[in-house]
Parts: sequence; C-alpha cells; structure tokens
Amino acid sequence: MLHFILKRLGLAILVAFTVSFISFSLMFLSGDPAAALAGETASGEDIEAIRVLYGFDRPMLVQYSEWLAGAVQGDFGESYYFKLPVAGLIGERLTVTMTLGVYAISFALLVAVPLGVIAAIRPNSLIDRFALFLSVAGQAMPSFWFGLILIVVFAIKLQWLPPSGANSFKHFIMPTIVLGYYAMPAIMRLTRAGMLDVLSSDYIRTARAKGASEMRVLFKHALRNAIIPVVSLAAVQMGFMLGGSIVVESIFALHGAGYLAWESIARNDLPTVQALILIFSMFYIVFTLIADVLNAWLDPRMRSS
Amino acid sequence: MTPLDSTDPLLQEQFVPSASSVLRARILNHTGLLFGLVVVGLLVLVALFAPFIAPHDPYAQDLTMRMKPPVFMGGTMEHLLGTDHLGRDYLSRLIYGARVSLLIGFIAAVISGVIGTALGVAAGYFGGRVDAVVTFLINVRLAMPVVLVALAVVAILGGSLQVVIGVLGLLLWDRFAVVMRSSTQQVRRREYVAAAQAIGASTPRVILSEIMPNIVNNLIVIVTLEMAHAILLEAALSFLGLGVQPPTPSWGLMVAEGKNMMLFEPWLVLIPGAVLFVLVLAINLMGDGLRDVTAPDNRN
Repeated sequence: MLHFILKRLGLAILVAFTVSFISFSLMFLSGDPAAALAGETASGEDIEAIRVLYGFDRPMLVQYSEWLAGAVQGDFGESYYFKLPVAGLIGERLTVTMTLGVYAISFALLVAVPLGVIAAIRPNSLIDRFALFLSVAGQAMPSFWFGLILIVVFAIKLQWLPPSGANSFKHFIMPTIVLGYYAMPAIMRLTRAGMLDVLSSDYIRTARAKGASEMRVLFKHALRNAIIPVVSLAAVQMGFMLGGSIVVESIFALHGAGYLAWESIARNDLPTVQALILIFSMFYIVFTLIADVLNAWLDPRMRSS
Repeated sequence: MTPLDSTDPLLQEQFVPSASSVLRARILNHTGLLFGLVVVGLLVLVALFAPFIAPHDPYAQDLTMRMKPPVFMGGTMEHLLGTDHLGRDYLSRLIYGARVSLLIGFIAAVISGVIGTALGVAAGYFGGRVDAVVTFLINVRLAMPVVLVALAVVAILGGSLQVVIGVLGLLLWDRFAVVMRSSTQQVRRREYVAAAQAIGASTPRVILSEIMPNIVNNLIVIVTLEMAHAILLEAALSFLGLGVQPPTPSWGLMVAEGKNMMLFEPWLVLIPGAVLFVLVLAINLMGDGLRDVTAPDNRN
C-alpha cells in the first residue's frame, strides 16, 4: 500500500511540474509578452522598458524557475490589471468556487445515486428509461443555454430566485443545478452498472437465502460495494467541475475564481491567468490522487496496476 | 454424409445471416441511432448547401427590420425565424451556423483523433516505457482545465476559425488515447497478431493491417463523441466572447448576442440553443448507437 501511495504521489508531483511549465509557457505563445502588455500604440522604447521592468529579457527558464519558486510559496506575482498580489485576489474568490463545487457535487450525488440504484433494481422500467434519457440529454445540453433558461424561468418569470450574485444560499441554487447536472450522467451510469453487477453476485444470493430483508440486501450489502467506484468518480468529477465553473460563474455573475479567470483572460492579465490554470490543475491532481488512493485502500486489487 | 443445411445455400442464408444484413437489421432496430443518423445527415446537407437553402444573406444587415419575431410568434413569412438585433435573417444565420459548428467539430475531432490514436496505439502496442510516457502525457492533459486553457490561448492568438479548431484539436485527444490504448492492449494479445509477427511482418505492417482494422470501430465511436464535445466547447467559447468572432454566424455567439434581449425576446436565445442541443444530442446518439451496433457486448 505504501509503495502504491509513493508511486502515485511521485506521478502526481511530476504531472504538477509539467502542468506548471505549460501554464507558464502560455505567456510566450504570443511571441513577445512585452509587446502584448504594452499595447498596440506603444513605441519601441516603451516595449523595451516594459521588457526590462518585467524581466522578459532574461532566459525563459530563469523566469520560469523564479515564478515557480514564488508559486510554491503562494506568491504568484502581481496582477497587471489590479496591481495587487495575485494570490490575494484568487484566495478571496476561491471560497465562492469551492462552495459552488461542493454544492454541485452533493446535488449530483443526491440525484444520481438514487436514480442509478432504482434503475438497477428495475432495469428497463419507466424510471430506468427516464434516467437514461436524463443522462443522454444532460450530455448534450449546452451549459450556458441551460443556465439562461433557468434565469428566464426562475428569476425573471417566477421571480423565485435572484438571477446573479453570491450573497446568500439562494444565489447558489441555479449555478449548483447547472454545474451539478453535468456530473450526473457519469455518476448515474456507474451506480447503475455497479449495482447490476453486485446484485447478480453470489453473496447477494446468500444474503437473500438467509432471509435478509430486501432493504437490508440493497443498502447494507449491495450499495456499500457498488458505491466504492462512485466515490472516487465523484472526486474526479469535482476536479473537472472546478475547472468548468468558468462558464457557470460567468452566466450567473458569481464572482468566484472562474469569473476572475474569464475577466483576466479578457483583460490579458497573464499572471492571474497562469496562477488560475495552475491552481485549477492542482485541484484536479489532488482530487484524482485522493480518488486513486481511496480506491486502492478499499479495493486491494487496484494496487497492482 | 454431410448435413443438408450446410451445403444448401438457401438454407444457409436463412440460418446464418451475413454480417452486413445483421448490421443492417441492428441499425434499423436502434431508434437512437436512426434518429442520430437522420438528424446529423440532414444538418450536414443543410451545411453543405447553405447558399442554396438560406433565404437571405446571413451577413446582410437591415436596421429597419430589427428583432422581428419568428412567424409562429406573429412574424412574417419573409423572415421565418425573425431577425436579430442588426436586422439579419435568423434562419439564414442558423443555416450558416451549422457550417461553423460541423466544420469545427469535425476537423477538431480528426486532429485530436490522429494525435490520440498515435499515442494510444503506440502505448498499447509497445507497452513498457512508451506506455509510461503516454500515460504520463494523458495525466498531464487531463489535469489542464480545458475551457480555461482554450479561452486563454484563443485570447492570446486571436479568435479565428483556425485558432479555435487548432486549440480544440490539440486539447481533446485524451479520450482517444485512453480508449485506443486499452483496445490495442486487448487486440495485441490475439493469436493473429503473434502469427503476423512470427512470419516476419514489420511493426508498421502489424499495426496497420492487424491492429488498426480491429480497433477502428471503437475509433469511430470516439470520433463522434469527441465531435459533439468540440461543438459544445466551440459554442461555449464563442458564448464567452473568446471563440469565433462576430459577424461569423456561430450558434454560441448567437445565444450571447441574444442574451441581453432575453427578457423580451426569449426566442433569440431559445432557437440557436435548441438547434445546438439537437445537433449534439443527435451526434451523441449516433455514437452510442454505433457502439451498440458494432460491439453489442461492450455495453455496460
């Protein structure tokens, strides 16, 4: 087990370094970051001054190692737009995004797991078909469109919910639904497949033969085993969701890290963008690491691969 | 004494249907696949023949005819689906928008398909170090938030059709690599691969003529699913203002442009979003259906 964890941790660290290098290199995609920063009207001297000021004249690897050394200590430099430390800007808004992420994954699990269980108990029933329809439709629904429809119906026509902002729990309801909806199909399918698999196994037949009640068989014996892969899938989905919150946050003007990313990209605020890409990637790396270790702990067969 | 039924061609056809007729029967019995094929087929035709079908020039503005409602909401036959905030015919923009969506989706899926297949097949066939490197690359790619990276790159390089296609093509290869890797691992253990190697076939030959034909079904399924993925992403990027730029008719951009008038003219948002939803749904159903039809035992 320790061997597995160390190996997996090593991979995670290696991936993190590579991702950090890629997010740093984005700055050089445009060719000359100093010219991009100075704007179209700048003279050659201005660009040269900016190049020296920001240290773009030094070799890229030197700049990268400096940036990385700062990033490891939580210092991501200064935002070009706000003229404030990036770390502070992000820290404030990350709480909003994390709150949204936790709500969304909870919502997805609360809907998708029961649906998956019922679908597995009664395959090809009406509920099974409804669940399948929901998952197929969910994958095809453009999130920004879904969000706008919710706003029109629940905020404008019915006036039940506020259309934007992040001041109260009510503000999070629509964003939670839109973001959570996307994790549902995968969770539901995995729950259904896992339950179907477990329900046909020998130990379930034994439990039934012993005279255990159907409820006891389903929840104590079957779901407990079927839920293991779902938990780790949920961790991975959570990582994906935080990265995908940018669309949802922009529709509902929810001022979280995703919204900040969108604004910073539009403003060419590269230090903020680099930091956000790195942070979202780190979340994904940490969540998948937790998921893998959890899997290996609960199911020793996973440790060998 | 040979049994009659194995020599009688008539009986044989009756009891052992040919592969193509089995496939045909499966396709015709699969509602989702049929729906997907018909809708995607129609939209491809619409995109191909856009100049002949569109009633108006999708770029022609007429400020005296702004935001006319669709015909079913009290509009005129002149503009079946009404006009947008610049007086451009909405139906014509939708029709030309099909071109943008399908073109971006298809080319991006092909680019990522080539990258992902090359990596996945190499990893599955050679194993060992090659596999370790490819697995590492897949991990790196999965850790990068797609929407964020795509937005940032498009913002830096400018939002042209080529840039959007290139960015999506370079970002969406992960599922190809994952699936092609495991498919290749399965096929590689078969006897016919060992036989080909034993008679001295070169590695490229083994891969091209023994491995590829046996994993191409899975490849086609992933191509369709990733095409749907790319179309949704393009729409999201354009919606956020960092994808295809105006005045190009992109469905995501149309939703964004209609957003501010959503309260009074909800159809401006509903129509392009609904078309996008139907196209992506159809492509997904086609992909799921193709998987059911070509590999019925792979269903979960």
